Amino acid sequence: MKNLVILGAGTSGTMMANHLVSKLPKKDWKIHIVDQYKTHYYQPGFLFLPFDIYNENQVRKEGKKFIPKGVEYHQLKIEKIDAENNLVELENGVLSYDILIIATGSKIAPQEVEGMHSKAWRDTIFDFYTYEGALALRNKLREFKEGKLVVHITEMPIKCPVAPLEFAFLADSYFDKKGIRDKVEITYVTPLSGAFTKEYSSKKLGYLLEEKNIKLETDFAIERVDFENKKIVDYIDKEISYDLLVTVPTNMGDEVIEKSGLGDDLNFVPTHEKTLQSLEHENIFVIGDATNVPASKAGSVAHFQSETLTDNILLYINNKPLKEEFDGHSNCFIETGKNKALLIDFNYEQEPVTGTFPIAGIGPLKLLKESVLNHWGKLAFRWVYWNLLLKGIPIPFVSRNMSTAGKNINK
Amino acid sequence: MIKTIKQIAINVNEEGYLTDFSQWTKEIGEEIAKENNIEMTDKHWQVISWIQEQVTAKKPLSIRGIKKSGVIDIKEFYALFPGGPLKVSTKIAGVPKPKSCI
Repeated sequence: MKNLVILGAGTSGTMMANHLVSKLPKKDWKIHIVDQYKTHYYQPGFLFLPFDIYNENQVRKEGKKFIPKGVEYHQLKIEKIDAENNLVELENGVLSYDILIIATGSKIAPQEVEGMHSKAWRDTIFDFYTYEGALALRNKLREFKEGKLVVHITEMPIKCPVAPLEFAFLADSYFDKKGIRDKVEITYVTPLSGAFTKEYSSKKLGYLLEEKNIKLETDFAIERVDFENKKIVDYIDKEISYDLLVTVPTNMGDEVIEKSGLGDDLNFVPTHEKTLQSLEHENIFVIGDATNVPASKAGSVAHFQSETLTDNILLYINNKPLKEEFDGHSNCFIETGKNKALLIDFNYEQEPVTGTFPIAGIGPLKLLKESVLNHWGKLAFRWVYWNLLLKGIPIPFVSRNMSTAGKNINK
Repeated sequence: MIKTIKQIAINVNEEGYLTDFSQWTKEIGEEIAKENNIEMTDKHWQVISWIQEQVTAKKPLSIRGIKKSGVIDIKEFYALFPGGPLKVSTKIAGVPKPKSCI
């Protein structure tokens, strides 16, 4: 009997368990999945928690419910991966593997910036990339009457790169609805050269910040948070003051990756960008946020990767060459506030453009353009996530590789 | 778009970044630097080589990477390439600037 071990029961790991359980021959293979946490969170919902659009129960369920029968679930902490000996050390034992799938994700590391994870953390400095952070921020926003809100990205890459921008847009709507928008100054601070950095997106969407009266600070590489004086400071001593700092801290892969010596500077695992095989160990595969591939760290990416990875695991078992198939396909709804949203569909090569999606010429969704229907699409996605995506059921009309049909590629 | 530097035609995007790294030469880098009011020194070129190596190895560029590069510290990096050091240095290096997904 051989062992396939999946580390992490988040979006990627759960999808892989569901894909593989019906495809690996049961008489030869046993599938294990390991995760120390009991709860599975719908992470895209963290964006909506601070604004009282979603409540706690809409973004969390018991993780075990989504692990199929026939897969052994270990709710245990992973101590270390011993890749030389094909072993995973768990808190109370050892699991040996023939194939390992690393799906340990990424998480925030506020301790990477001086003064961020300080006594002002969750008092005047908040994140919304964790369940606890999003809830603490919700409580803060309920009481927030006036002042400077700074929405800030520490450094790239981050999970869901558009989320901070969506946060700024939703904050504009939120304060507007409360009738205090004129008392709140919103500033968006990015280490990049703009809120939009791709040619076509900046042309089409550049109006959004101005329309919503959101101030923009670019090329801001944070050195420290002066939490006593409520200022963020960059390397050339430029200062931006805040009353409420909503930051996206440095994102890093799990510490188990660092302990196991399998990661880069940020604990992401060097991975072949088209096959999803580890660059160092041929029986290790990596999926989702845990990889270092230059695709967005997003659930849709994990979904498209899971289809290619399933095929490649079967090819690997049968000693056949892997498919160099994954193209960086990403598909994201972007909330722009006031019940509208954008939709983008892109890959490693193709930047987001306008067009119709998923059916060329028909839609009904519009790419790179604000619409109410896109907003409903984003809200409907929560159902899709729990009922289709996690179970590995293909999303109708949306293929693993990006389609150029329906896209206005000749700008 | 086509841009001509010292009688050599190069392909650039609307912001002036080279779209084909194979067209890059030190002379072209030097001219782009001048357009950004930068007079290149040995230290500048060391940073440019490091950036080109990173991009060729498909490693993402970041301020953190600069900190760990051993070539230069961050304050020096800002001093050498004023006004957004990553976006200016990548332009001179003939590689794309760091981007997000939109």
